[in-house]
This record gives sequence, structure tokens and C-alpha cells, in this order.
Amino acid sequence: MSSLVKNIIRFVLFILVQAFVLDKVPQLHQYVKPWLYFLFVLWLPFNLSRISIMIIAFMFGLCMDYFSGWPGLHAAPCVLIAYVRPFLLNVLLPQEKTEFSYAEPSIKSLGFAPYSVYVLILTFLHHAYLVLLEALSLQSGEFLYFIGKVTAATAISMLLIYLSELLFQRKARYRTNAA
Amino acid sequence: MRNIILFIRRFFTFFMFLVLQGISWAILVKYSKSHQAVFAEAANEVTGKVSKQYNTVEYYFELKKTNEQLVAEIKRLYDERRSSFEGADSSTQVKLDSMLRDSTHKGFRRFTYLPAKVVNNSVTNENNYITLYRGRLQGVHPDMAVVGPDGIVGRVILASDNYSRVMSLLNHKSNVNAMLKKGYVSGIVEWDGKDPSYVTLRNIPKSADVKRGDTVLTSNISEQLSYPPGIMVGTVTNVAADNAASNFFTIRVKTSTNFYSLQYAYVVQDASWAEQKKLEAQTPKN
Repeated sequence: MSSLVKNIIRFVLFILVQAFVLDKVPQLHQYVKPWLYFLFVLWLPFNLSRISIMIIAFMFGLCMDYFSGWPGLHAAPCVLIAYVRPFLLNVLLPQEKTEFSYAEPSIKSLGFAPYSVYVLILTFLHHAYLVLLEALSLQSGEFLYFIGKVTAATAISMLLIYLSELLFQRKARYRTNAA
Repeated sequence: MRNIILFIRRFFTFFMFLVLQGISWAILVKYSKSHQAVFAEAANEVTGKVSKQYNTVEYYFELKKTNEQLVAEIKRLYDERRSSFEGADSSTQVKLDSMLRDSTHKGFRRFTYLPAKVVNNSVTNENNYITLYRGRLQGVHPDMAVVGPDGIVGRVILASDNYSRVMSLLNHKSNVNAMLKKGYVSGIVEWDGKDPSYVTLRNIPKSADVKRGDTVLTSNISEQLSYPPGIMVGTVTNVAADNAASNFFTIRVKTSTNFYSLQYAYVVQDASWAEQKKLEAQTPKN
């Protein structure tokens, strides 16, 4: 399956899963909000330019917004993580010239620890920005609320991301650098 | 000039980032103010269709609860029917006027209820919205009130051709004028975002006699939107004073509507709403 088709299917699936599965799960607590949809941005292939990643992330966030009924709320954090993503990858990608390069960020292509750092930082950024925007537009900001919600949501998102990594072992088909 | 172009080209990614952030913020700010967004109607039509497909599955699992709700509602309406009541025995009484209703003054029907299927409903967000399968073509307009089988549900904020989006009672922006059934003391119902089963009733003075289990109804005051007066909001579960200096109670109210299993709602058309708004717009604010 070509990368384009794969990512289009992912685009649709992530939005549907977030809108009709995770958003429908009865809440444990106000702070525990399961967000997973932004994993789509994290899984975009390496070979996209920065501009196109941001535009894709913006469109993706906006689609999510229309399903959740609050336009603009998800688009802004998605653009932020799409912007930060290349900087992080530059730092985390193994620097020595390896023979193979992979198509997209995964445990196999980055290694477990760097991939965890990559996911954790972007998840945290996304949630912090999202909760901040929420609090700003509700005008009911409390510090404890902000910290609590970001921490709890990051924890639950990390859990969900690891679960989806385990469940859907992406075939990390590598290509040689020579090609 | 050439330097500026070079500068822009050099930091093109960053500028693109700023532009996209700006667009997102603009959409967000505009939406928080007026509940209008770019492509909102077209998007509503599409998300409505997807939600309807999903709901055909979800509805199946809720059928039992929906049935119980509807039976309870029918029971309540039967109880209100005139034939359920026995009139006073008129053969032993002398009545001066047997005309119970003033038929000289022609009344008119103020509230019309349009039934609508709930196709999407969220309870876990900070601001929750409901999608109804009934839109502009079926006579739904923004600012109409929405009630469910057990109590109030929310307010229509956007109507596309066949679907409408409703701001749920579980929304930080939904301020509903409510009153206590005992004593008709008016207050405002808000949601704090914590528990989908509870809302907060504010602005009830400490002089009011409130107890646990008291009923809260929609008020006959309608500032923002027009709920029919006397529709159930919920029951009081906890009464607390704001603080010692305050003159008002903060009352925790359990909503009578079960937002987890809401499958049908009624959009309420108020015949005199336009007239009220027109009059209020004419008079000076202060």
C-alpha cells in the first residue's frame, strides 16, 4: 500500500476513533480525557516537507474540530506539534550514517527510548496548548486545573499510544538510502 | 526589498506556522463569540450524516432505556389529561358561573414541540454539543430551546439544512434561568465541567427556603432563550452558602435529563419570542 493511501486511511480512522470511541467513553474524572487523534501527526512520514506537514496537520485538526463542535480548538495544537516535530526528529534520529532509513517515526526507526521522548514531548506540548486554549476561551482558568488536566491527559495518552503501538505493529518497511 | 524577500524565504516555515496559528485563533475567537465558523453549515451537514450512521448502531443498544423514558413521559402526560380528574360534584353545589374558561378571550398556542432524533451527543468535553436530525428545512432556527423527555437539554446554536447543532446544558456557556418550585425563587443554572449529572444553581438568596430534594424548574424569565416555563431542570442535592459574606446559596442540582442515554429531544418553537426580542431591542438598555 502506498504511503499516500495509508495516510488517508489513517486520517479518517483516527478522527472516527477519537470522535466515536474515545469521546464516548464515560469519564473517570474531569482531568482524565483520552486524546489519541494527534498520533496521526506523529506518524506522518519523514519525507514530507515542513510546510506540507503543517498544512496536513491543520486540515486534520480542523476536521477533528468540526466533529467535536468547537472549531479552532484542535487545529492550533496540531499545527504546533507539526511545527516542532522536525526539530525534535533532527535531535533524536540516529546521527551515524546507517545503511537503512525508515519511512516514518516508530519504535523501530528511532529506538525505544528516543521514540518515547519524541512522543512524550509532543503529547505534552499538544495537551498543554489545548488545555490552555480551552481555559482561555472558557475564562475559568485555575492553575491546579491546568496542571492536573495536562498531566493526567498526557499519562492516559501515553498509555493509549503504547497500546496502539503494541496492537498495530506497523510494518517498518525500510528503504536503502541509495535508492 | 530584496532583503525582505530573502528574510521571508529564509523563515518561510516559521511564517507559515504563524499564519496557520493565526487562522486557528481567528476561527476559535469568532466561534466563541458568535458560534459561527467558516464552513460550519457544510461541515455540520457532513458530520451530521456520519453521526447518523453511527447512531443507527448506538441507538440499538439504548432502545430499552429509550422505551422506558418514553413510557414514563406518556404516563406523565396521561396524568395531566383532563379525563384523569373528577370534577366537583355539581349537583350538590350551586355554581354562579359554570364557564371554567374565558372563551371570550381567544388564547393562542405559544409553544410548539418538534420531535427530533438525537444523532450525536457528547458528555465528556468541557463544552458539550448535541446534533439533532432536524434542521432548517424542518423549521429549526438558532436560539430555539431543546427539551428532552425528562427535562431541559439545551439550545440550538446552528442549523444546517437537515441537521442542527445544540449547545448542551453541559456547556460552560449555557446559562439557563431557573426557579425553585417552592416559592418561585429565580436563579441561574450553570455547568462547571466536572460531572455530567450535576449542574450548579446560583443567585438564590439565603432567604429562600431550600432543602435537599426540592425541584428546580425553568423560570418564566427568559433572557437568553425561551424555555417553556415549568419544565423540569433537576432536583436539589446539596445546599451550600457561597461564603459567610455572600447573600446567595450555591446549590448543586442533579439534572433530571440523563445525558448518557438521550435519544429523542423536542425543539421548542416559541410564537411570541420574536415579538419579545423586538420589544426588548427597542427599549434602551439602562
